[in-house]
Amino acid sequence: MEKPGEHTKTVFGPRFTSSISKEEFVTLILEKAHTQKQKSQSKACWLKVIPKVRNTKSTQSKTGHKGKIMKIKSVPVKSSEITPKETYLSRRDFLKQMGIVTAGAALLAACGAPADDMPASPVDPNLPTAEAAPAPPDELTDHEAVINYNNYYEFTTDKERVATLAEDFISSPWTVEVSGMVNNPKTYGVEDLLANFTQEERIYRMRCVEAWSMVIPWNGFTLASLLKEVEPTSDAKYVRFETLADPDQMPGLKNGLYPWPYQEGLRLDEAYNDLTLLATGLYGEALPGQNGAPIRLVVPWKYGFKSIKSIVKIELTDEQPATMWETIAPNEYGFYANVNPGVDHPRWSQASERRIGELKRRPTLMFNGYAEEVAHLYEGMDLTKSY
Amino acid sequence: MKRKKWNFTPLQIAAHLGSLIPLAFILWDIATGNFGVDPIRDFTLRTGKTALVLLLLSLACTPVNTLFKFKQVLKLRRPLGLYSFFYASIHFAIFIGVDYYFDFTLIQSALLEKRYAIVGLTTGLILLALAVTSTIGWQRRLKKNWKKLHKLTYLAGILAVVHYIWLVKQGVLDPWYFAAILLLLLTLRIPAIRKAITTKRART
Ligand code: HEM
Repeated sequence: MEKPGEHTKTVFGPRFTSSISKEEFVTLILEKAHTQKQKSQSKACWLKVIPKVRNTKSTQSKTGHKGKIMKIKSVPVKSSEITPKETYLSRRDFLKQMGIVTAGAALLAACGAPADDMPASPVDPNLPTAEAAPAPPDELTDHEAVINYNNYYEFTTDKERVATLAEDFISSPWTVEVSGMVNNPKTYGVEDLLANFTQEERIYRMRCVEAWSMVIPWNGFTLASLLKEVEPTSDAKYVRFETLADPDQMPGLKNGLYPWPYQEGLRLDEAYNDLTLLATGLYGEALPGQNGAPIRLVVPWKYGFKSIKSIVKIELTDEQPATMWETIAPNEYGFYANVNPGVDHPRWSQASERRIGELKRRPTLMFNGYAEEVAHLYEGMDLTKSY
Repeated sequence: MKRKKWNFTPLQIAAHLGSLIPLAFILWDIATGNFGVDPIRDFTLRTGKTALVLLLLSLACTPVNTLFKFKQVLKLRRPLGLYSFFYASIHFAIFIGVDYYFDFTLIQSALLEKRYAIVGLTTGLILLALAVTSTIGWQRRLKKNWKKLHKLTYLAGILAVVHYIWLVKQGVLDPWYFAAILLLLLTLRIPAIRKAITTKRART
């Protein structure tokens, strides 16, 4: 659709809320939603905000600035912070334009609690708050970079060769078996998943444990929506995921030092979090093989290796699943793997990261900048131990 | 050693040119904008890898002479070692100046608290000491100690491989190939083995 480098640079949702009033914001979302005929009405938070919208709608002008490249700050702003007028305006311009951010991503923003009634971030005192300097603005990472720089060891450990090796990866037909402690176990074809669950666009930061990061527009649906359909039993506490392991297609499987198949896991409340996505596409197109076709997990507040690719099995269990990296090197990779600038990996300082496409490092944010949405999940835990 | 005119053997010329080729490629890629997705990491890895290869080649000279009685290669030890130091310096400069942008708080946690980086730094310091004292002047000044000092090249080789082993993820095998080569080279230097080889060669 767009040529690389030419698309409108944008920013994703969760951080807007505090910088423009919620009413305005919601109006903009709704306008966009009407034009896009989004079918997100099923969302509780969506329904909740609609009445407010109607009141303020008349005040909005609809003049867009097509084709202009807008930058927008995505900063974990506190309500006390004053947004400079320019930024404020460009934010509004941007939101009106909404080149890439669709209702899905914006919806996410609306779902976040408004800044006013947020208590000062409910993070443990033992966590670094990584506040201070506002983070630089987030821009979408170039599409070419997203599809040509992949950690996918089933193919190769060389990030820039995965794309070539995964070129002919067969991702259709494909089934995902959902089993274990659920009332309605079921094996889904990918096409069922696409048809049965509301597909959204979500623009998330992706932070690799190797201290680099990207901003990627995903398409997919929430894991929560799938879980609701299969109904985990009351005993279920964790979700276990498994990647395909097909030696005919994946030359990296010959490396016997890894306990294939790749496995990952989430605690059930993490799995239900609204940020947790099952992605089926990126940049508006079906997932390429190297990015985990045809369906992968995206958990944006955790290091990238938690976001398991090419899922064939989802199992609900009452035991913490053994994840691949934790199995190989428990001192380096924990089960939680939350992005945390205060807890270093033995090899990489996690205090900063390089955003692909930028030269200067940026500070790494607690929970990758999603503290507002997820910090409550870890209240009372010592994150230096449960890393 | 007596002072010489500019009379390089073809082997020496080849060594110089060969050592400069990786630099030429790097400069070419910079000039033409032929970057990878993460160019800083790319250039860090390329300079590091080149420094290691040249260091191992420098360490290979003596065993090659032992095995094949090919004295000419001994003259390559110094230039190869110096080129290794040269690439290690660029490697380090990229780390400090480009990757971490002289941000010393970050550098402190990235360099002084990570074992792979401490080992890399130690390697770099050894190479620095060896490069400074590589001149004929220092050779004369240090006399017998010069030889002892320059035995540190072995240590530099070992530490460079350890640096590499410690910076890759579990299950990545590349550094172990270098470790195997280094082990072979060191084995060939064990006096008893060396002697066995020379006597065997003398007999045939
Ligand atoms: C002076 C201090 C040094 C520092 C701070 C340093 C730092 C680094 C860093 C940051 C990487 C990249 C790690 C990654 O992104 O995965 C690296 C890789 C590497 N370094 Fe160093 N290094 C140093 C010295 C050396 C020296 C002296 C040598 C060899 C003589 C060396 C050889 C290598 C090699 C072989 C690699 C891996 C290349 C690859 O994976 O292809 N380094 N080093």
